[in-house]
Amino acid sequence: MIRLPKAIVDEIAAQANEEAPNEACGYLAGTDGTVRKRYPMTNVDASPDHFTLHPKEQFAVLKQAREAGLTLLAVYHSHPETPARMSDEDIRLANDPNTIYLIHSLLDGGTKGFTVDRDKSVTEVPVEIFE
Amino acid sequence: MNLKINGTDTTIDTPSLTVVELLKQQNVDMPDMVSVQLNGEILERDAFENTTVKDSDEVEFLYFMGGGAIDAG
Repeated sequence: MIRLPKAIVDEIAAQANEEAPNEACGYLAGTDGTVRKRYPMTNVDASPDHFTLHPKEQFAVLKQAREAGLTLLAVYHSHPETPARMSDEDIRLANDPNTIYLIHSLLDGGTKGFTVDRDKSVTEVPVEIFE
Repeated sequence: MNLKINGTDTTIDTPSLTVVELLKQQNVDMPDMVSVQLNGEILERDAFENTTVKDSDEVEFLYFMGGGAIDAG
């Protein structure tokens, strides 16, 4: 399970709307499964149906989070025109079995989390949104 | 040798090893899918095989992150 403050969910939705029609992306950091901070990232693909994080930006956020005493818990991205589910491309490129892949859909406003094992099996992770 | 791996002090029971060997030791099955920073410098992937990690080095690695709303037809 991942616990998400509603304020951060709202921020993700706002970023997704701002960057639409392109996909928006970023990291979520926290402790003990509870997200404390959002790190919006550049989608270097600047594409409506694809995203890629820039490694230099990834390393910078990794260090910022660590210095703040936080762990990177999840990577998020938006689906501007499709539901919040792992697409074939999401699964193909999900290489980290230890992170949660969070997707926010602008189609229906849904936010869902998933893990992807090394054998590419996908498991939905409950997302608890709290005030 | 002593390394700092992703911010954690780690002792490795060998005097030196390549980045690929280190990644395998860290349970990274697909080195092509990670980015590696050695002492603050991002390594090109084609350098993983020939770059040696030495005592006191700081190594950071993280997975390539990407995806998209595309389904195979």
